[in-house]
Amino acid sequence: MAKPSDAVDPIAGPINTAARDERGRALMGGRSLLFIFWLALLAIPLVGLNDYLVSLGTSFLINLILIAGLNVLIGYCGQISLGHAGFYGLGAYAAGILSAKLGLNPWLGLPVACLVSAIAALVIGIPALRLKGHYLAMATLGFNAILAVLFDQLVSWTGGPNGLLGVKPLAFGSFALSSQARIFPIVWLCAGLVMFALLNLIQSRVGRAIRAIATSQIAADSLGIDAFRYKLIVFVLTAGMAGLAGSLYVESNLYASPESFGFSSSILLVAMVALGGWGRYGGAILGALIYTGAPELLRTFQDAQLLIFGAGMIAVLLFFPGGLAGAGDSIACLWQRYRP
Amino acid sequence: MSAGSAGATALQLFFAGVGNGAIYALIALGFNVIFKSTGALNFAQGEWVMLGGMIAAAVIASHAAIWAGCLVAVVIVAAVGLLSERLIVAPLKRPAPMLITLLSIGLAISTKSVVMLVLGKDPAGYPGFSGDAVLNILGARVPAQTLWIIGITLAFIVVAHVFFERTILGKSLRAVAADRDAASLVGINVQHSVMWSFVIGALAGGIAGAIITPQTFTSYDQGGLIGFKGFSAAMLGGIGNLYGALVGGLVLGLLETFAAGYVSSHFKDAVAFIVLLIILFALPSGLLGRSEAERV
Repeated sequence: MAKPSDAVDPIAGPINTAARDERGRALMGGRSLLFIFWLALLAIPLVGLNDYLVSLGTSFLINLILIAGLNVLIGYCGQISLGHAGFYGLGAYAAGILSAKLGLNPWLGLPVACLVSAIAALVIGIPALRLKGHYLAMATLGFNAILAVLFDQLVSWTGGPNGLLGVKPLAFGSFALSSQARIFPIVWLCAGLVMFALLNLIQSRVGRAIRAIATSQIAADSLGIDAFRYKLIVFVLTAGMAGLAGSLYVESNLYASPESFGFSSSILLVAMVALGGWGRYGGAILGALIYTGAPELLRTFQDAQLLIFGAGMIAVLLFFPGGLAGAGDSIACLWQRYRP
Repeated sequence: MSAGSAGATALQLFFAGVGNGAIYALIALGFNVIFKSTGALNFAQGEWVMLGGMIAAAVIASHAAIWAGCLVAVVIVAAVGLLSERLIVAPLKRPAPMLITLLSIGLAISTKSVVMLVLGKDPAGYPGFSGDAVLNILGARVPAQTLWIIGITLAFIVVAHVFFERTILGKSLRAVAADRDAASLVGINVQHSVMWSFVIGALAGGIAGAIITPQTFTSYDQGGLIGFKGFSAAMLGGIGNLYGALVGGLVLGLLETFAAGYVSSHFKDAVAFIVLLIILFALPSGLLGRSEAERV
């Protein structure tokens, strides 16, 4: 039902505030659900005893950190970033270079990666987020293009196109976390903390503020919400999370190569946010599942896998504009309309 | 290096830069037309460029004349643009810009993979419109194809100008871009104008692809990169601005070429994008954009 407060957002289109309020209430129960889901995930290295399945679990969790952060930025804040893979790569190379080239303790890589990506986001965000429209998209795209060149060309630091080798694994004393099953709990812990932090963020003052900004920046401004400041907070925070994901990637693979961090990866991440369900907390989990699982499942189709993926994405968005997480709502809506 | 040859080198870089810039301008123009009518960023724009080159190469490989191959390619790409809009954008009940933007990512992936499946993975190319002739202009060696690219782009911009200023269809497209609701109140079919904007966008992309391929070759995975260059040019010139696309494209092309010539060919993209970001932050609405007061 349309309420008087329903607005049409220039970016996201008509906004159904009733659905949003509903979602807000649903989130309250989200915390305990998240906790149970997270404990269940810890079973992955115990059940899937082979390295392949555990490595899929690790990359799912790393992708989840990336996509969940981007989802908050796009879905809640209404800002498209086309440079998320760049921040991811920046974190990966920062952590990797720290241990491989500078010989420092690999544990330092995690906070340093967060910090490097967050500072980069601050530098890009301050000029770009003052402007309305697609300036963040442009600025992050340009930033990603610059980074892609640097990853590829600064051979003495990054290893260039051959990739960064010689990354040392995380270790507790002499117990090195060098296998997938050993690194999994660390990734699991980090991803859990990020998901918990994001849940808190969207339910906090900042979360309400950014949703107000995405609905109508002018209305938000008139209520005294400093749109620039809140957008910057979210952008820097999610970039820092991407940096963390990068450091976990490099520590679990002990390798990084430039092609993982180009802008086509950034575009794919945006696509995953859309497929999973933008602006829905559970959407990121579905998006990360697809991002991790689809290449494995579609592998048998060989050359046709890209087509199946692209056509599937169009079909999902045509039938469920809110993404897969919104599919339930769409079906319920249809059921309401055509109920016998 | 003597002063004469330094001047010739600069001139040669200038022509190369204008040639590349003309291509970016065409892509940016297509980008802008769709942005104006839908408010969406069209990620498939670069794929249409690649498609133009790939189809032209395939037709020419079957012993057609070069001009005929390019013509066929441009027509097919325009038809693909039309089909894409009918299949993907027209059925939307609520055509929100963000949704169209996201759909265009799916469209880009699908277009790219169909090209890969049908036309193969090998890079394709063909000789220029005047063969591989190279002209000598004041000591600078300029491929004849570069002059063709500049000429065709200018001609397309002039035709586009006449179309938007003089024809009923062009005027109705501008009306929809200015205000959808007001346009539909005076009897303009908004749906149709979105459709036409996709045709024009694809047409511009297809032409860009058909005329650049003799110089750079193309393959199914080249669309993304050139699309982003076009997007950058559009932003640089002021998104949604027809002449901004031309200026933005030329500035980006020259920046890139001179960065490659005088700084480093490895870092040319980085240099070009750094300058581009500085320009954008200094002139937020682009080189030709005007800042607009927002109505509440």
